[in-house]
Amino acid sequence: MMLLTQMIHAKSFRGLKVVSQGLVLGAMASALSGCITVQAPDKPIVIELNIAITQDVTYRLAPDAAKTIQNNQGIF
Amino acid sequence: MGRIMISVKNMGFGLMVAALALPLVATPAMAQGRDPAYAAARAAGQVGEMPTGFLGIVGSPTPDLKRMVDDINIRRKAVYAERAPGQHATLEQYAFTIGCQLIAQTLPGEKYQSPEGQWLIRGNGAATRDARCPA
Repeated sequence: MMLLTQMIHAKSFRGLKVVSQGLVLGAMASALSGCITVQAPDKPIVIELNIAITQDVTYRLAPDAAKTIQNNQGIF
Repeated sequence: MGRIMISVKNMGFGLMVAALALPLVATPAMAQGRDPAYAAARAAGQVGEMPTGFLGIVGSPTPDLKRMVDDINIRRKAVYAERAPGQHATLEQYAFTIGCQLIAQTLPGEKYQSPEGQWLIRGNGAATRDARCPA
């Protein structure tokens, strides 16, 4: 019984150590990522535009797009 | 009676004229209002449709080709900018939807760009389009 509680204590202690190590690593990582985001300001905007075009958007716009092509045949 | 016969004869002549004129009308009807230089560049595969809804130059761009493609794309963009807000869409979303349809409408032998950006020649089957394109 004594052994078991000792083991639990040891485990939780070890767990605390892991958590504290994780916190240190996390702090270091966030510090690093902070540097990276400052260096790349333009690229995420392009990605957002691509994501904004979804299948339900193209399906919704399809009838009007077809009309536009019909009405402007010289440029299509 | 005689008068009716004449009018029927005239109708027949009218139909014959219409039948003769039809092939002349039908060919440009495919590309109604298209500038001859643009129609020729399309047929020659010098320009092709891109998934973005804009026209692209396939090979090396000559000044004439660039001027023509730029002019068409500026006019396309103006139309997209006019239509998109009413459809509660961005210009890119509207243009992309147009691109889906223009690629689907390419004729065999015409060029178009794959979703990966590769120039392809339209065959007799369906065109390779972005998965987000409407059926």
